[in-house]
Amino acid sequence: MSTETFALRTENLRKRFGSLEVARDVSIALPRGARHALIGPNGAGKTSLVNLITGQLPPDSGRVLLDGQDITRLNRAARVKAGLARTFQINQLFPALTPIEAITLAVTERRGTAGQFWKSLAAHAEAIDEAWDILAQLRLTEVATRPTRVLAYGQQRLLEIGLALATRPKVLLLDEPAAGVPKGESAELFSVIAALPDDISVLFIEHDMSLVFKFAARIVVLVAGGVLLEAEPDVIRTDQRVRDVYLGQAHHG
Amino acid sequence: MADPTTDRSGVHAWIRRQGRWSAFEIAFWIAVFVPFFFFPTYLTLASQIAIAALFALSVDLILGYAGIITLGHAMFFGLGAYAAGLLTKTGWGEPLSGLLLSGLFVALVGFVVSFVIVRVQHLAQLMITLGLGLLTLELANAMSWLTGGTDGLQGVSVWPIFGTFDYDLWGYTAYSYTLAVLFVAVLVARRIVHSSFGLSLRGIRENLNRMPAIGAPYQRRLQVIYTISAGMAGVAGALLTQTTSQVALDVLSFQRSADVVVMLILGGTGRLYGGIIGAIIFMVARDQLAGINPQYWYFWIGILLMIVVLVMPKGILGFLAQLWERVRR
Repeated sequence: MSTETFALRTENLRKRFGSLEVARDVSIALPRGARHALIGPNGAGKTSLVNLITGQLPPDSGRVLLDGQDITRLNRAARVKAGLARTFQINQLFPALTPIEAITLAVTERRGTAGQFWKSLAAHAEAIDEAWDILAQLRLTEVATRPTRVLAYGQQRLLEIGLALATRPKVLLLDEPAAGVPKGESAELFSVIAALPDDISVLFIEHDMSLVFKFAARIVVLVAGGVLLEAEPDVIRTDQRVRDVYLGQAHHG
Repeated sequence: MADPTTDRSGVHAWIRRQGRWSAFEIAFWIAVFVPFFFFPTYLTLASQIAIAALFALSVDLILGYAGIITLGHAMFFGLGAYAAGLLTKTGWGEPLSGLLLSGLFVALVGFVVSFVIVRVQHLAQLMITLGLGLLTLELANAMSWLTGGTDGLQGVSVWPIFGTFDYDLWGYTAYSYTLAVLFVAVLVARRIVHSSFGLSLRGIRENLNRMPAIGAPYQRRLQVIYTISAGMAGVAGALLTQTTSQVALDVLSFQRSADVVVMLILGGTGRLYGGIIGAIIFMVARDQLAGINPQYWYFWIGILLMIVVLVMPKGILGFLAQLWERVRR
Protein backbone atom coordinates (compact mmCIF):
# COMPACT_ATOMS: atom_id res chain seq x y z
CA MET A 1 0.00 0.00 0.00
CA SER A 2 1.14 3.51 -0.64
CA THR A 3 1.55 5.96 2.17
CA GLU A 4 -0.52 8.46 0.24
CA THR A 5 -3.22 9.88 2.50
CA PHE A 6 -5.31 11.16 -0.36
CA ALA A 7 -7.49 8.75 -2.26
CA LEU A 8 -7.77 11.19 -5.16
CA ARG A 9 -5.80 14.27 -6.05
CA THR A 10 -5.79 16.59 -9.05
CA GLU A 11 -2.80 18.80 -9.77
CA ASN A 12 -3.31 21.96 -11.78
CA LEU A 13 -5.88 20.53 -14.15
CA ARG A 14 -6.50 22.82 -17.08
CA LYS A 15 -8.97 22.54 -19.92
CA ARG A 16 -10.15 25.13 -22.35
CA PHE A 17 -12.65 25.03 -25.22
CA GLY A 18 -11.72 28.00 -27.37
CA SER A 19 -12.16 31.02 -25.16
CA LEU A 20 -14.07 29.09 -22.52
CA GLU A 21 -11.96 27.84 -19.65
CA VAL A 22 -13.75 24.97 -17.95
CA ALA A 23 -10.84 24.14 -15.65
CA ARG A 24 -8.35 26.72 -14.43
CA ASP A 25 -5.54 25.12 -12.42
CA VAL A 26 -7.87 22.92 -10.45
CA SER A 27 -6.06 21.22 -7.58
CA ILE A 28 -8.29 19.36 -5.19
CA ALA A 29 -7.58 16.53 -2.78
CA LEU A 30 -9.94 13.90 -1.48
CA PRO A 31 -8.75 12.12 1.69
CA ARG A 32 -9.67 8.49 2.33
CA GLY A 33 -13.24 8.06 3.45
CA ALA A 34 -14.09 11.60 2.40
CA ARG A 35 -17.66 12.85 2.00
CA HIS A 36 -16.96 15.98 0.00
CA ALA A 37 -19.37 18.11 -1.95
CA LEU A 38 -18.55 20.02 -5.11
CA ILE A 39 -20.73 23.06 -5.53
CA GLY A 40 -20.83 26.07 -7.80
CA PRO A 41 -23.20 28.02 -10.01
CA ASN A 42 -24.36 26.61 -13.35
CA GLY A 43 -21.53 26.50 -15.83
CA ALA A 44 -18.84 26.54 -13.14
CA GLY A 45 -17.29 23.41 -14.65
CA LYS A 46 -18.39 20.82 -12.10
CA THR A 47 -19.36 18.09 -14.56
CA SER A 48 -16.34 18.98 -16.73
CA LEU A 49 -14.12 18.40 -13.70
CA VAL A 50 -15.68 14.97 -13.20
CA ASN A 51 -15.13 14.27 -16.90
CA LEU A 52 -11.49 15.35 -16.61
CA ILE A 53 -10.92 13.14 -13.57
CA THR A 54 -12.60 10.07 -15.09
CA GLY A 55 -10.93 10.45 -18.47
CA GLN A 56 -13.95 11.37 -20.56
CA LEU A 57 -12.17 14.63 -21.34
CA PRO A 58 -8.41 14.80 -21.77
CA PRO A 59 -6.92 17.75 -19.83
CA ASP A 60 -4.75 20.31 -21.63
CA SER A 61 -2.33 20.02 -18.74
CA GLY A 62 -2.19 18.83 -15.16
CA ARG A 63 -2.36 15.44 -13.50
CA VAL A 64 -4.87 13.14 -11.83
CA LEU A 65 -3.61 10.87 -9.05
CA LEU A 66 -5.50 7.93 -7.62
CA ASP A 67 -3.90 6.59 -4.43
CA GLY A 68 -0.78 8.46 -5.41
CA GLN A 69 -0.61 6.78 -8.83
CA ASP A 70 -0.66 9.01 -11.88
CA ILE A 71 -3.69 7.92 -13.93
CA THR A 72 -3.79 10.92 -16.28
CA ARG A 73 -2.90 8.79 -19.29
CA LEU A 74 -5.15 5.84 -18.58
CA ASN A 75 -8.34 5.42 -20.57
CA ARG A 76 -11.76 5.46 -18.92
CA ALA A 77 -12.11 1.71 -18.45
CA ALA A 78 -8.60 1.42 -17.00
CA ARG A 79 -9.38 4.14 -14.46
CA VAL A 80 -12.48 2.25 -13.39
CA LYS A 81 -10.36 -0.88 -12.97
CA ALA A 82 -7.97 1.19 -10.85
CA GLY A 83 -10.85 2.05 -8.51
CA LEU A 84 -12.38 5.26 -9.81
CA ALA A 85 -16.10 5.17 -10.52
CA ARG A 86 -18.69 7.78 -11.36
CA THR A 87 -22.40 8.24 -11.86
CA PHE A 88 -24.07 10.49 -14.38
CA GLN A 89 -26.30 13.52 -13.97
CA ILE A 90 -28.53 12.19 -16.75
CA ASN A 91 -29.20 8.45 -16.36
CA GLN A 92 -26.82 6.26 -18.33
CA LEU A 93 -28.55 2.94 -17.81
CA PHE A 94 -29.34 -0.10 -19.94
CA PRO A 95 -33.09 0.33 -20.67
CA ALA A 96 -33.84 -3.24 -21.79
CA LEU A 97 -31.75 -4.97 -19.12
CA THR A 98 -33.18 -5.79 -15.73
CA PRO A 99 -31.40 -4.41 -12.63
CA ILE A 100 -30.05 -7.86 -11.74
CA GLU A 101 -28.65 -8.21 -15.27
CA ALA A 102 -27.18 -4.71 -15.32
CA ILE A 103 -25.43 -5.08 -11.96
CA THR A 104 -24.29 -8.63 -12.75
CA LEU A 105 -22.83 -7.25 -15.96
CA ALA A 106 -20.84 -4.65 -14.03
CA VAL A 107 -19.72 -7.26 -11.49
CA THR A 108 -18.51 -9.70 -14.17
CA GLU A 109 -16.69 -6.87 -15.91
CA ARG A 110 -14.87 -6.11 -12.66
CA ARG A 111 -14.08 -9.77 -12.03
CA GLY A 112 -12.76 -10.13 -15.56
CA THR A 113 -15.27 -12.89 -16.37
CA ALA A 114 -17.49 -10.90 -18.73
CA GLY A 115 -15.68 -12.16 -21.82
CA GLN A 116 -16.48 -15.83 -21.21
CA PHE A 117 -18.80 -16.62 -24.10
CA TRP A 118 -18.59 -20.37 -23.51
CA LYS A 119 -20.12 -20.37 -20.02
CA SER A 120 -23.76 -19.68 -19.24
CA LEU A 121 -24.60 -16.58 -17.23
CA ALA A 122 -26.34 -18.69 -14.58
CA ALA A 123 -22.99 -20.38 -13.88
CA HIS A 124 -21.61 -17.07 -12.61
CA ALA A 125 -23.40 -17.66 -9.31
CA GLU A 126 -21.02 -15.60 -7.15
CA ALA A 127 -21.36 -12.58 -9.42
CA ILE A 128 -25.16 -12.89 -9.31
CA ASP A 129 -25.04 -13.14 -5.52
CA GLU A 130 -22.92 -10.05 -5.33
CA ALA A 131 -25.28 -8.19 -7.65
CA TRP A 132 -28.19 -9.26 -5.48
CA ASP A 133 -26.42 -7.89 -2.39
CA ILE A 134 -25.93 -4.53 -4.09
CA LEU A 135 -29.61 -4.43 -5.07
CA ALA A 136 -30.52 -5.29 -1.47
CA GLN A 137 -28.31 -2.48 -0.20
CA LEU A 138 -30.16 -0.08 -2.52
CA ARG A 139 -33.56 -1.61 -1.70
CA LEU A 140 -34.09 -2.55 -5.34
CA THR A 141 -34.65 -6.30 -4.94
CA GLU A 142 -38.36 -6.07 -5.61
CA VAL A 143 -37.75 -4.80 -9.12
CA ALA A 144 -34.68 -6.97 -9.77
CA THR A 145 -36.21 -8.74 -12.78
CA ARG A 146 -38.14 -5.87 -14.35
CA PRO A 147 -36.70 -4.06 -17.36
CA THR A 148 -34.89 -0.90 -16.26
CA ARG A 149 -37.05 1.27 -18.48
CA VAL A 150 -40.20 0.56 -16.45
CA LEU A 151 -38.62 1.43 -13.07
CA ALA A 152 -39.65 4.56 -11.17
CA TYR A 153 -37.28 7.44 -11.73
CA GLY A 154 -35.97 7.35 -8.16
CA GLN A 155 -35.21 3.64 -8.56
CA GLN A 156 -33.31 4.38 -11.75
CA ARG A 157 -31.21 6.94 -9.87
CA LEU A 158 -30.38 4.27 -7.29
CA LEU A 159 -29.47 1.81 -10.04
CA GLU A 160 -27.17 4.47 -11.45
CA ILE A 161 -25.31 4.39 -8.12
CA GLY A 162 -25.51 0.59 -7.99
CA LEU A 163 -23.67 0.26 -11.31
CA ALA A 164 -20.85 2.38 -9.92
CA LEU A 165 -20.74 0.39 -6.67
CA ALA A 166 -20.48 -2.87 -8.60
CA THR A 167 -17.04 -1.77 -9.79
CA ARG A 168 -15.92 -1.72 -6.09
CA PRO A 169 -14.59 1.81 -6.27
CA LYS A 170 -12.09 3.41 -3.91
CA VAL A 171 -13.29 6.78 -5.12
CA LEU A 172 -16.84 7.50 -6.17
CA LEU A 173 -17.80 10.66 -8.04
CA LEU A 174 -21.53 11.34 -7.96
CA ASP A 175 -22.77 13.89 -10.47
CA GLU A 176 -25.99 15.26 -8.98
CA PRO A 177 -27.25 11.88 -7.74
CA ALA A 178 -30.61 13.38 -6.77
CA ALA A 179 -31.12 15.34 -10.00
CA GLY A 180 -34.79 15.29 -10.90
CA VAL A 181 -35.79 13.35 -7.79
CA PRO A 182 -38.65 14.90 -5.76
CA LYS A 183 -37.45 16.69 -2.64
CA GLY A 184 -38.96 14.17 -0.28
CA GLU A 185 -37.10 11.27 -1.90
CA SER A 186 -33.76 12.99 -2.33
CA ALA A 187 -32.97 12.85 1.40
CA GLU A 188 -33.66 9.11 1.30
CA LEU A 189 -31.36 8.76 -1.66
CA PHE A 190 -28.63 10.63 0.19
CA SER A 191 -29.05 8.44 3.24
CA VAL A 192 -28.04 5.52 0.99
CA ILE A 193 -24.93 7.47 0.01
CA ALA A 194 -24.16 8.36 3.63
CA ALA A 195 -24.41 4.68 4.55
CA LEU A 196 -21.67 3.67 2.10
CA PRO A 197 -18.66 2.03 3.75
CA ASP A 198 -15.81 4.28 4.89
CA ASP A 199 -13.29 2.78 2.49
CA ILE A 200 -15.11 4.51 -0.37
CA SER A 201 -14.19 8.16 -0.73
CA VAL A 202 -17.06 10.18 -2.12
CA LEU A 203 -17.19 13.47 -3.97
CA PHE A 204 -20.68 14.57 -4.95
CA ILE A 205 -22.10 17.43 -6.95
CA GLU A 206 -25.34 18.79 -5.56
CA HIS A 207 -27.39 21.95 -5.92
CA ASP A 208 -29.65 21.58 -2.92
CA MET A 209 -27.69 23.38 -0.19
CA SER A 210 -29.60 21.76 2.66
CA LEU A 211 -28.46 18.34 1.40
CA VAL A 212 -24.93 19.60 0.91
CA PHE A 213 -24.71 20.99 4.44
CA LYS A 214 -26.23 17.84 5.86
CA PHE A 215 -24.13 15.22 4.10
CA ALA A 216 -20.81 16.86 3.22
CA ALA A 217 -17.93 17.00 5.68
CA ARG A 218 -16.11 19.42 3.41
CA ILE A 219 -17.14 21.54 0.46
CA VAL A 220 -15.27 22.63 -2.64
CA VAL A 221 -16.65 25.73 -4.33
CA LEU A 222 -15.98 25.94 -8.05
CA VAL A 223 -16.52 29.20 -9.93
CA ALA A 224 -15.79 29.79 -13.61
CA GLY A 225 -13.56 26.71 -13.82
CA GLY A 226 -11.45 27.59 -10.78
CA VAL A 227 -11.54 26.60 -7.11
CA LEU A 228 -12.80 29.58 -5.13
CA LEU A 229 -12.62 27.97 -1.74
CA GLU A 230 -12.42 24.62 -0.02
CA ALA A 231 -13.60 24.45 3.58
CA GLU A 232 -15.94 22.98 6.19
CA PRO A 233 -19.66 23.63 5.74
CA ASP A 234 -19.70 26.21 8.60
CA VAL A 235 -17.01 28.27 6.91
CA ILE A 236 -18.72 28.04 3.51
CA ARG A 237 -22.02 29.08 5.03
CA THR A 238 -20.61 32.33 6.33
CA ASP A 239 -18.06 33.13 3.66
CA GLN A 240 -18.85 36.42 1.97
CA ARG A 241 -17.28 35.50 -1.39
CA VAL A 242 -19.35 32.34 -1.60
CA ARG A 243 -22.45 34.31 -0.75
CA ASP A 244 -21.64 36.82 -3.43
CA VAL A 245 -20.91 34.48 -6.31
CA TYR A 246 -23.02 31.51 -5.49
CA LEU A 247 -25.53 31.73 -2.72
CA GLY A 248 -26.34 35.23 -3.88
CA GLN A 249 -28.33 33.68 -6.72
CA ALA A 250 -30.48 31.43 -4.59
CA HIS A 251 -30.10 32.63 -1.06
CA HIS A 252 -31.39 30.24 1.54
CA GLY A 253 -31.01 32.72 4.42
CA MET B 1 -45.75 -10.61 -15.15
CA ALA B 2 -46.29 -13.31 -12.59
CA ASP B 3 -42.67 -13.27 -11.62
CA PRO B 4 -42.20 -12.61 -7.94
CA THR B 5 -38.45 -12.83 -7.66
CA THR B 6 -38.07 -11.21 -4.30
CA ASP B 7 -35.46 -13.57 -2.95
CA ARG B 8 -31.97 -14.63 -3.82
CA SER B 9 -32.76 -18.10 -5.12
CA GLY B 10 -35.65 -16.67 -7.13
CA VAL B 11 -33.32 -14.39 -9.02
CA HIS B 12 -30.91 -17.25 -9.76
CA ALA B 13 -33.83 -19.27 -11.09
CA TRP B 14 -34.97 -16.29 -13.17
CA ILE B 15 -31.56 -16.02 -14.82
CA ARG B 16 -31.46 -19.77 -15.48
CA ARG B 17 -34.89 -19.49 -17.06
CA GLN B 18 -33.66 -16.90 -19.57
CA GLY B 19 -31.38 -19.49 -21.14
CA ARG B 20 -33.80 -22.38 -21.13
CA TRP B 21 -35.28 -23.96 -24.27
CA SER B 22 -38.73 -22.56 -24.88
CA ALA B 23 -41.74 -24.50 -26.20
CA PHE B 24 -41.50 -22.39 -29.32
CA GLU B 25 -37.92 -23.51 -29.97
CA ILE B 26 -38.74 -27.19 -29.51
CA ALA B 27 -41.76 -26.85 -31.80
CA PHE B 28 -39.59 -25.12 -34.38
CA TRP B 29 -36.99 -27.89 -34.43
CA ILE B 30 -39.72 -30.47 -34.88
CA ALA B 31 -41.32 -28.41 -37.66
CA VAL B 32 -38.10 -28.32 -39.68
CA PHE B 33 -38.66 -31.98 -40.54
CA VAL B 34 -41.98 -31.20 -42.22
CA PRO B 35 -40.45 -30.61 -45.68
CA PHE B 36 -39.05 -34.16 -45.74
CA PHE B 37 -42.53 -35.61 -45.54
CA PHE B 38 -44.88 -33.05 -47.01
CA PHE B 39 -42.84 -30.96 -49.45
CA PRO B 40 -40.22 -33.35 -50.82
CA THR B 41 -40.14 -31.40 -54.07
CA TYR B 42 -39.13 -28.28 -52.15
CA LEU B 43 -36.10 -29.72 -50.37
CA THR B 44 -33.69 -27.72 -52.51
CA LEU B 45 -35.51 -24.55 -51.55
CA ALA B 46 -35.53 -25.72 -47.92
CA SER B 47 -31.76 -26.08 -47.90
CA GLN B 48 -31.42 -22.62 -49.49
CA ILE B 49 -33.60 -21.32 -46.67
CA ALA B 50 -31.45 -23.05 -44.05
CA ILE B 51 -28.35 -21.41 -45.54
CA ALA B 52 -30.03 -17.99 -45.61
CA ALA B 53 -31.16 -18.56 -42.02
CA LEU B 54 -27.61 -19.35 -40.93
CA PHE B 55 -26.41 -16.20 -42.66
CA ALA B 56 -29.16 -14.15 -40.98
CA LEU B 57 -28.23 -15.68 -37.62
CA SER B 58 -24.65 -14.52 -38.08
CA VAL B 59 -25.89 -10.98 -38.74
CA ASP B 60 -28.25 -11.11 -35.75
CA LEU B 61 -25.27 -11.78 -33.48
CA ILE B 62 -23.68 -8.46 -34.40
CA LEU B 63 -26.72 -6.36 -35.33
CA GLY B 64 -29.34 -7.67 -32.93
CA TYR B 65 -27.13 -8.32 -29.93
CA ALA B 66 -24.18 -5.97 -30.23
CA GLY B 67 -25.73 -3.11 -32.23
CA ILE B 68 -23.17 -3.24 -35.05
CA ILE B 69 -24.91 -2.22 -38.26
CA THR B 70 -23.79 -3.68 -41.55
CA LEU B 71 -24.61 -3.57 -45.23
CA GLY B 72 -21.64 -5.62 -46.30
CA HIS B 73 -21.89 -8.98 -44.60
CA ALA B 74 -22.08 -10.78 -47.96
CA MET B 75 -18.35 -10.14 -47.98
CA PHE B 76 -17.91 -12.93 -45.44
CA PHE B 77 -20.59 -15.13 -46.98
CA GLY B 78 -18.89 -14.85 -50.35
CA LEU B 79 -15.38 -15.38 -49.03
CA GLY B 80 -16.61 -18.56 -47.33
CA ALA B 81 -18.22 -19.68 -50.58
CA TYR B 82 -15.03 -19.13 -52.59
CA ALA B 83 -12.82 -20.63 -49.88
CA ALA B 84 -14.87 -23.84 -49.86
CA GLY B 85 -14.88 -23.95 -53.66
CA LEU B 86 -11.17 -23.31 -54.07
CA LEU B 87 -10.38 -25.88 -51.40
CA THR B 88 -12.03 -28.62 -53.46
CA LYS B 89 -10.01 -27.47 -56.50
CA THR B 90 -6.83 -28.27 -54.58
CA GLY B 91 -8.05 -31.85 -54.41
CA TRP B 92 -9.49 -31.90 -50.92
CA GLY B 93 -13.26 -32.36 -51.16
CA GLU B 94 -14.14 -33.59 -47.67
CA PRO B 95 -17.13 -31.41 -46.75
CA LEU B 96 -16.99 -31.13 -42.94
CA SER B 97 -13.34 -30.16 -42.74
CA GLY B 98 -13.91 -27.92 -45.76
CA LEU B 99 -16.68 -26.16 -43.89
CA LEU B 100 -14.50 -25.74 -40.81
CA LEU B 101 -11.46 -24.50 -42.73
CA SER B 102 -13.55 -22.03 -44.74
CA GLY B 103 -15.17 -20.76 -41.54
CA LEU B 104 -11.79 -20.33 -39.83
CA PHE B 105 -10.33 -18.51 -42.82
CA VAL B 106 -13.28 -16.09 -42.97
CA ALA B 107 -13.17 -15.60 -39.19
CA LEU B 108 -9.55 -14.54 -39.57
CA VAL B 109 -10.54 -12.01 -42.24
CA GLY B 110 -13.36 -10.85 -39.94
CA PHE B 111 -10.89 -10.39 -37.10
CA VAL B 112 -8.67 -8.15 -39.24
CA VAL B 113 -11.68 -6.12 -40.43
CA SER B 114 -13.01 -5.82 -36.87
CA PHE B 115 -10.22 -3.40 -35.94
CA VAL B 116 -11.79 -0.85 -38.28
CA ILE B 117 -15.44 -1.70 -37.57
CA VAL B 118 -15.34 -1.21 -33.80
CA ARG B 119 -13.75 2.21 -34.11
CA VAL B 120 -16.75 3.72 -35.88
CA GLN B 121 -20.48 3.84 -35.29
CA HIS B 122 -23.80 4.54 -36.95
CA LEU B 123 -23.59 5.90 -40.50
CA ALA B 124 -19.81 5.53 -40.67
CA GLN B 125 -20.16 1.86 -39.75
CA LEU B 126 -22.77 1.40 -42.46
CA MET B 127 -20.55 3.05 -45.05
CA ILE B 128 -17.41 1.12 -44.10
CA THR B 129 -19.18 -2.24 -44.21
CA LEU B 130 -20.78 -1.24 -47.51
CA GLY B 131 -17.44 -0.11 -48.89
CA LEU B 132 -15.64 -3.27 -47.83
CA GLY B 133 -18.40 -5.37 -49.37
CA LEU B 134 -18.19 -3.61 -52.72
CA LEU B 135 -14.42 -3.72 -52.61
CA THR B 136 -14.38 -7.48 -52.07
CA LEU B 137 -16.86 -7.99 -54.91
CA GLU B 138 -14.74 -6.00 -57.35
CA LEU B 139 -11.60 -7.77 -56.16
CA ALA B 140 -13.19 -11.15 -56.85
CA ASN B 141 -14.33 -9.87 -60.23
CA ALA B 142 -10.86 -8.64 -61.13
CA MET B 143 -9.11 -11.80 -59.93
CA SER B 144 -10.90 -13.96 -62.49
CA TRP B 145 -7.86 -16.29 -62.79
CA LEU B 146 -8.70 -17.41 -59.24
CA THR B 147 -12.45 -16.93 -58.97
CA GLY B 148 -13.59 -17.45 -62.53
CA GLY B 149 -14.89 -13.86 -62.54
CA THR B 150 -18.37 -13.42 -63.96
CA ASP B 151 -18.37 -17.01 -65.27
CA GLY B 152 -18.23 -18.23 -61.71
CA LEU B 153 -16.08 -20.93 -60.16
CA GLN B 154 -16.64 -24.17 -62.04
CA GLY B 155 -15.64 -27.72 -61.32
CA VAL B 156 -16.27 -27.73 -57.62
CA SER B 157 -16.43 -31.35 -56.51
CA VAL B 158 -17.38 -32.18 -52.96
CA TRP B 159 -16.98 -35.68 -51.55
CA PRO B 160 -19.95 -37.44 -49.95
CA ILE B 161 -20.64 -36.53 -46.33
CA PHE B 162 -18.95 -39.04 -44.01
CA GLY B 163 -17.90 -40.70 -47.26
CA THR B 164 -21.42 -42.14 -47.65
CA PHE B 165 -24.14 -39.57 -48.25
CA ASP B 166 -23.87 -38.15 -51.72
CA TYR B 167 -25.85 -35.16 -52.91
CA ASP B 168 -29.00 -36.36 -54.61
CA LEU B 169 -31.13 -34.60 -57.15
CA TRP B 170 -33.99 -34.16 -54.72
CA GLY B 171 -31.88 -32.51 -52.06
CA TYR B 172 -32.42 -34.94 -49.19
CA THR B 173 -28.75 -34.90 -48.31
CA ALA B 174 -28.37 -31.19 -48.90
CA TYR B 175 -31.28 -30.31 -46.62
CA SER B 176 -30.22 -32.75 -43.89
CA TYR B 177 -26.68 -31.36 -44.03
CA THR B 178 -27.61 -27.67 -43.99
CA LEU B 179 -30.19 -28.29 -41.28
CA ALA B 180 -27.63 -30.06 -39.09
CA VAL B 181 -25.15 -27.21 -39.53
CA LEU B 182 -27.85 -24.64 -38.76
CA PHE B 183 -28.75 -26.55 -35.60
CA VAL B 184 -25.16 -26.61 -34.40
CA ALA B 185 -24.84 -22.89 -35.18
CA VAL B 186 -27.98 -22.15 -33.15
CA LEU B 187 -26.53 -24.14 -30.24
CA VAL B 188 -23.35 -22.08 -30.43
CA ALA B 189 -25.28 -18.81 -30.75
CA ARG B 190 -27.55 -19.72 -27.82
CA ARG B 191 -24.53 -20.40 -25.65
CA ILE B 192 -23.00 -17.08 -26.64
CA VAL B 193 -26.06 -14.89 -26.09
CA HIS B 194 -26.90 -16.51 -22.75
CA SER B 195 -23.37 -16.09 -21.38
CA SER B 196 -21.86 -13.20 -19.44
CA PHE B 197 -20.29 -12.20 -22.75
CA GLY B 198 -23.75 -12.06 -24.33
CA LEU B 199 -24.93 -9.88 -21.47
CA SER B 200 -21.97 -7.59 -22.06
CA LEU B 201 -22.94 -7.32 -25.73
CA ARG B 202 -26.48 -6.35 -24.80
CA GLY B 203 -24.98 -3.74 -22.50
CA ILE B 204 -23.03 -2.32 -25.44
CA ARG B 205 -26.17 -2.26 -27.57
CA GLU B 206 -28.24 -0.64 -24.81
CA ASN B 207 -25.75 2.03 -23.78
CA LEU B 208 -22.28 2.15 -25.28
CA ASN B 209 -21.43 5.25 -23.28
CA ARG B 210 -21.93 3.51 -19.95
CA MET B 211 -19.67 0.57 -20.76
CA PRO B 212 -16.30 2.28 -20.14
CA ALA B 213 -17.77 3.70 -16.93
CA ILE B 214 -18.17 0.16 -15.59
CA GLY B 215 -14.68 -0.74 -16.74
CA ALA B 216 -15.69 -2.73 -19.81
CA PRO B 217 -13.24 -3.07 -22.71
CA TYR B 218 -16.15 -2.90 -25.13
CA GLN B 219 -14.09 -2.70 -28.31
CA ARG B 220 -12.51 -6.07 -27.54
CA ARG B 221 -15.96 -7.58 -26.94
CA LEU B 222 -17.18 -6.23 -30.28
CA GLN B 223 -14.13 -7.61 -32.05
CA VAL B 224 -14.78 -11.07 -30.62
CA ILE B 225 -18.42 -11.17 -31.74
CA TYR B 226 -17.61 -9.67 -35.13
CA THR B 227 -15.01 -12.39 -35.68
CA ILE B 228 -17.47 -15.13 -34.65
CA SER B 229 -20.18 -13.63 -36.85
CA ALA B 230 -17.86 -13.43 -39.85
CA GLY B 231 -16.88 -17.07 -39.38
CA MET B 232 -20.53 -18.10 -39.19
CA ALA B 233 -21.36 -16.15 -42.36
CA GLY B 234 -18.39 -17.86 -43.99
CA VAL B 235 -19.74 -21.27 -43.03
CA ALA B 236 -23.09 -20.31 -44.59
CA GLY B 237 -21.32 -19.37 -47.81
CA ALA B 238 -19.31 -22.57 -47.77
CA LEU B 239 -22.53 -24.56 -47.36
CA LEU B 240 -23.95 -22.93 -50.47
CA THR B 241 -20.87 -23.94 -52.45
CA GLN B 242 -20.91 -27.49 -51.15
CA THR B 243 -24.62 -28.04 -51.82
CA THR B 244 -24.70 -26.44 -55.27
CA SER B 245 -21.19 -27.36 -56.50
CA GLN B 246 -20.55 -23.91 -57.92
CA VAL B 247 -19.77 -20.36 -56.89
CA ALA B 248 -21.20 -17.36 -58.72
CA LEU B 249 -20.00 -13.81 -58.22
CA ASP B 250 -23.34 -12.84 -56.68
CA VAL B 251 -22.38 -14.54 -53.41
CA LEU B 252 -20.53 -11.27 -52.72
CA SER B 253 -23.22 -8.97 -54.07
CA PHE B 254 -24.62 -5.94 -52.30
CA GLN B 255 -28.07 -7.43 -52.90
CA ARG B 256 -27.17 -10.35 -50.67
CA SER B 257 -25.94 -8.03 -47.90
CA ALA B 258 -29.17 -6.05 -48.11
CA ASP B 259 -31.42 -9.11 -48.32
CA VAL B 260 -30.01 -10.62 -45.15
CA VAL B 261 -30.72 -7.42 -43.24
CA VAL B 262 -34.26 -7.39 -44.68
CA MET B 263 -34.77 -10.99 -43.49
CA LEU B 264 -33.56 -10.06 -40.02
CA ILE B 265 -35.75 -6.97 -39.80
CA LEU B 266 -38.77 -8.96 -41.03
CA GLY B 267 -38.29 -11.67 -38.42
CA GLY B 268 -37.09 -9.43 -35.60
CA THR B 269 -33.60 -8.63 -34.34
CA GLY B 270 -31.96 -9.79 -31.14
CA ARG B 271 -33.93 -12.99 -30.69
CA LEU B 272 -31.90 -15.65 -32.56
CA TYR B 273 -34.92 -17.07 -34.38
CA GLY B 274 -35.91 -13.73 -35.92
CA GLY B 275 -33.43 -14.13 -38.76
CA ILE B 276 -34.47 -17.74 -39.27
CA ILE B 277 -38.18 -16.91 -39.46
CA GLY B 278 -37.34 -13.93 -41.65
CA ALA B 279 -35.34 -16.15 -43.99
CA ILE B 280 -38.26 -18.57 -44.31
CA ILE B 281 -40.73 -15.78 -45.10
CA PHE B 282 -38.38 -14.01 -47.48
CA MET B 283 -37.31 -17.11 -49.42
CA VAL B 284 -40.78 -18.63 -49.64
CA ALA B 285 -42.23 -15.27 -50.70
CA ARG B 286 -39.54 -14.94 -53.33
CA ASP B 287 -40.16 -18.43 -54.61
CA GLN B 288 -43.92 -17.95 -54.82
CA LEU B 289 -43.95 -14.34 -56.04
CA ALA B 290 -41.28 -14.96 -58.64
CA GLY B 291 -43.56 -17.68 -59.98
CA ILE B 292 -46.36 -15.16 -60.43
CA ASN B 293 -44.29 -12.25 -61.64
CA PRO B 294 -40.59 -12.95 -62.10
CA GLN B 295 -39.62 -9.34 -62.73
CA TYR B 296 -41.35 -7.43 -59.98
CA TRP B 297 -41.35 -9.78 -57.04
CA TYR B 298 -39.21 -7.40 -54.98
CA PHE B 299 -42.09 -4.93 -55.07
CA TRP B 300 -44.00 -7.18 -52.68
CA ILE B 301 -41.00 -7.64 -50.41
CA GLY B 302 -40.81 -3.85 -50.23
CA ILE B 303 -44.47 -3.62 -49.21
CA LEU B 304 -44.05 -6.41 -46.65
CA LEU B 305 -40.95 -4.72 -45.21
CA MET B 306 -42.76 -1.40 -44.79
CA ILE B 307 -45.78 -2.99 -43.16
CA VAL B 308 -43.61 -4.92 -40.72
CA VAL B 309 -41.49 -1.93 -39.79
CA LEU B 310 -44.53 0.32 -39.31
CA VAL B 311 -46.88 -2.13 -37.60
CA MET B 312 -44.47 -4.52 -35.90
CA PRO B 313 -41.34 -2.57 -34.95
CA LYS B 314 -39.91 -5.64 -33.20
CA GLY B 315 -40.38 -7.81 -36.27
CA ILE B 316 -42.85 -10.60 -36.88
CA LEU B 317 -41.40 -12.78 -34.14
CA GLY B 318 -41.33 -9.87 -31.68
CA PHE B 319 -44.94 -9.11 -32.54
CA LEU B 320 -45.99 -12.72 -31.99
CA ALA B 321 -44.11 -12.82 -28.68
CA GLN B 322 -45.99 -9.71 -27.53
CA LEU B 323 -49.31 -11.25 -28.59
CA TRP B 324 -48.45 -14.43 -26.71
CA GLU B 325 -47.65 -12.40 -23.57
CA ARG B 326 -51.02 -10.69 -23.80
CA VAL B 327 -52.92 -13.93 -24.35
CA ARG B 328 -51.18 -15.63 -21.43
CA ARG B 329 -52.07 -12.84 -18.98
